[in-house]
Amino acid sequence: MESGGTLAVNPDEIREPLFEGKPKPHDVTETISNVVEGKPTKLWYATLTLTSMLAGWGIITILYTVYTGIGVWGNNQPVAWAWAITNFVFWIGIGHAGTLISAILFLFRQRWRTAINRAAEAMTIFAVICALIFPVIHTGRPWVAIYWLLPLPNQMEMWVNFRSPLLWDVFAVSTYFAVSAMFWYVGLVPDLATLRNRAKNVFIKYIWTFLSLGWTGANRHWHRYEKAYLILAGISTPLVLSVHTIVSFDFAVSILPGWHSTIFPPYFVAGAIFSGFAMVLTLMILARKLLNLEQFITIKHIENMNKVLMATGLMVGYAYGIEFFIAWYSGSPYERFVFINRAFGAYGWAYWTMVTCNVLIPQLFWFKNIRRNLAITWVISIFVNIGMWFERFVIIASSLHRDFLPSSWGYFSPTWVDISIFAGTIGLFLTLFLLFAKNIPVLAMSEVKGILPGSQPSHSHH
Amino acid sequence: MKKTAGMTGLFHDPDTVLSAATEIRRAGYRQFDFHTPYPLHGLDDAMGVKRTVLPWIAFGTGLLGTLAATLLQWWTGAVDYPLIIGGKPFFAFEPSIPIMFELTVLFCAIGTVIGMFALNGLPRWYSKWQNDPHFLRTTDDAFMVTVDSEDAMYDAGKTRTLLESLGAEQVREVEYED
Repeated sequence: MESGGTLAVNPDEIREPLFEGKPKPHDVTETISNVVEGKPTKLWYATLTLTSMLAGWGIITILYTVYTGIGVWGNNQPVAWAWAITNFVFWIGIGHAGTLISAILFLFRQRWRTAINRAAEAMTIFAVICALIFPVIHTGRPWVAIYWLLPLPNQMEMWVNFRSPLLWDVFAVSTYFAVSAMFWYVGLVPDLATLRNRAKNVFIKYIWTFLSLGWTGANRHWHRYEKAYLILAGISTPLVLSVHTIVSFDFAVSILPGWHSTIFPPYFVAGAIFSGFAMVLTLMILARKLLNLEQFITIKHIENMNKVLMATGLMVGYAYGIEFFIAWYSGSPYERFVFINRAFGAYGWAYWTMVTCNVLIPQLFWFKNIRRNLAITWVISIFVNIGMWFERFVIIASSLHRDFLPSSWGYFSPTWVDISIFAGTIGLFLTLFLLFAKNIPVLAMSEVKGILPGSQPSHSHH
Repeated sequence: MKKTAGMTGLFHDPDTVLSAATEIRRAGYRQFDFHTPYPLHGLDDAMGVKRTVLPWIAFGTGLLGTLAATLLQWWTGAVDYPLIIGGKPFFAFEPSIPIMFELTVLFCAIGTVIGMFALNGLPRWYSKWQNDPHFLRTTDDAFMVTVDSEDAMYDAGKTRTLLESLGAEQVREVEYED
């Protein structure tokens, strides 16, 4: 400190660095490319075997469902489609962190996103694939589902109903999938060019040449590339928010007590980001360990994600509370009954599991020691994943199983087929993620290089 | 037949790249570029790169998406096969908004990505600089200046002197197979 009262310290030096040590651009290339170019470990093969067996079992049970019919599921009246909708909304929610980290944090100039955005985007795409399985197979006849879902005239020359939120969903989710995939691929192109230029094997070089589209890194190309990335981020930001808003319309536009709620759109979006970040943490804590990425994914990154988790966790906690308030304030006896039943009725166990996992446990993140503790963070992130699955289950099952007529009340229990298909999607998700983490640069190399200390002009001559 | 692609040189310091870009442009060169592993802030201004028309392409394709969604919902619901569902109007603005929004985003994204690659002249199988070993460094950690031999100012001797005076290392003329 100088005596003149001015602070002779560079603010960048006070801030906690985003990288351990002082990596150079070449270190980034080496570390990340070595993961792709090296041989996978035994542990990787062992895990892949397990997850792909789980995925295979899921595919077998899907085929079994299609062959025998939807009757093998636990659907009944009044609880139709509880399991399939829960899983669909759960997986779509998981898919929200990727585009949020990529787009919204990009627009907010949050440089810490570069260490995790690639993996989070990949996760988004895989989660949306898992989600899309459920609306397709719940039709029972997936090969004709295309006529029921897409705007194509059927054999009666009739069109789909554009006034239904279910069709809005088709458009929202497929647009989300397409835009996320493009965003991910555009981000990958410069890194694929790096791999192309490093490839020794001619066959592998062909693959990278093909996939990298001839990227050269010319500055005139970067100029348009950066503009395109900015535009994609700009249009993806409202897109992320719209997808879960529209998913919530599936419920909120109905007249069923417990679903007919105006808080649903923001509540669903917050919950989706909450569950998405939890899944990013679950996977990234493992990936940084297994792929030796500790230098680039630091405790600071984990702590930042924990802060997002805490903020969105408080938002869903607020939504749970305000739903009870509105149930009382509305004066509607049906609404009031649904919420008392939700907490103390037949599905009370699911409700309190949800509250414990989503509202109570994440409060531990108020403590800095816990935010920066990898093991505890990992365990909490899994609790949040469980809690967010139960949130969707509670909304669907507890609202439906006690509808307006006591004569039609029922109770939903999943069958072994229900459970197998859901487990199968978890297996599929993990299998795709493992294949990704090994074969594609798991960190956005060109973006990380661009924010390394000393990598940009200092503009000292201005 | 072998043809001369132009002159290349290597830089390692981002500040030198910026001042070199300014000087090369000041010397009258127009067909030159820098190949970098990541975008360098301020290089566009130093090189005098004009703003891209990409935002207008994005705007146009986005608008096309809005239009397509409106026409699709109006034509199928109110013209081709009008159906009364819940007593709702055949076509109304409000329930059409979600599809209009989604198709706007979808068309805009497709237009932006295709537009960006098309303006960059990609995809292509080769670059005329790819035989230069410098080229391999540019996706790793170094910056390569390229002065195209088709530039009106190009002169093997003078260009080399200029690049070397600006701090470029290992300046050389690159050939490619046409």
